[in-house]
Amino acid sequence: MNVIEINENRCKGCGLCVGFCPKDVLEMRLPRAPQVIREDLCIGCKQCELKCPDFAITVEVKSHA
Amino acid sequence: MRWDEYLKKERLPSFWCAGCGYGQVMRSLAMALEKTRAALENTVIVSGIGCWGHVDSWMKPNAFHGIHGRALAFATGIKLASPALNVIVVMGDGDGVTIGGNHFIHACRRNVGLTAVVCNNLNYGMTGGQYSGTTPEDSITSTSRYGHIEQSFDICRLAEAAGAHFIARSISENVVATADCIAEGMKRENFAVIEVMSPCTTHYGRNNNMRKPIEMYRRIKSLAVPVGTAAKLSSEQMEGKFVTGILLDRPGEDYFTRYQNNIKVKAQTAAKEEGT
Ligand SMILES: Cc1ncc(C[n+]2csc(CCOP(=O)(O)OP(=O)(O)O)c2C)c(N)n1
Ligand code: SF4
Ligand code: SF4
Repeated sequence: MNVIEINENRCKGCGLCVGFCPKDVLEMRLPRAPQVIREDLCIGCKQCELKCPDFAITVEVKSHA
Repeated sequence: MRWDEYLKKERLPSFWCAGCGYGQVMRSLAMALEKTRAALENTVIVSGIGCWGHVDSWMKPNAFHGIHGRALAFATGIKLASPALNVIVVMGDGDGVTIGGNHFIHACRRNVGLTAVVCNNLNYGMTGGQYSGTTPEDSITSTSRYGHIEQSFDICRLAEAAGAHFIARSISENVVATADCIAEGMKRENFAVIEVMSPCTTHYGRNNNMRKPIEMYRRIKSLAVPVGTAAKLSSEQMEGKFVTGILLDRPGEDYFTRYQNNIKVKAQTAAKEEGT
């Protein structure tokens, strides 16, 4: 499975990663940071990583097991 | 150097609002520096004032933080004094084509080899969302509460009419395409204009019924038409939309080359006169 890491010190809670993810892997949960809820659905497209304006997400794409 | 080594990572997060597109453009700018193998000591980022102008706070190359609307004037001086430098000029739509509009048209005409990255967020972000020279008609801003009644500038068409040689447009979320446009601009000897449509989610977005940041990204994306597709569409189909990609890339001699030739001619004439 791909490893999605969110740096909470950088995240401002804008929700763009949730909006750009084509697979509903992420969700906004209170208090404000996005959370990884369906890691198994991640296709490793890195849209969340590339489009995060605050460099707060990295996706490590693992080869399919 | 890898793109992220051009950033002052220890100073992140930036002061930009949650959801602002400028962080994406900063990534693209760093990627363009990697692509062109720009050395830190040979690169200078020149800015005016505005939210986008602050990008130099989180980037490692040399920076010259000037005054509002005048970035191109400082940059012209820097480039003429040290023509080997990569001079990147970062301006908002207010900075670049509203208060600084006169500098902009003359920079296009003069063709000093600068790379101008103009982020167009359709308003003055930093001062609270007042309308700028690029605010679309009918938009609500803090200074047009019943809808904006002026026509707006199309930055790329303005640059073309003023004589620019390299013109490209991108949208902030397309970080790779934006990086390619900036890198291509940097490789040209000519003055290059790269317009990046970037959402000001706090002011323009909220004032115009886009409550969540992602909504303004979707709006911008829906209006962007790649240059190849646009060529097949009628002007009615293009109504309200804008073209993205490299829009103009024509050959020409930059100011420095012309200046050197000019000096050479002068020297030759003087030598001839002495000989007679
Ligand atoms: C000479 C001068 N006039 C006005 C201002 C106030 N001011 C600061 S930033 C700004 C507008 C910024 O808008 P823009 O250039 O579009 O950049 P953004 O903040 O949207 O990135 C203005 C009017 C100033 N600093 N100096
Ligand atoms: S890499 Fe793609 S699929 Fe995976 S979380 Fe990010 S946006 Fe979603
Ligand atoms: S005011 Fe607008 S342009 Fe400035 S940081 Fe906030 S969202 Fe970005």
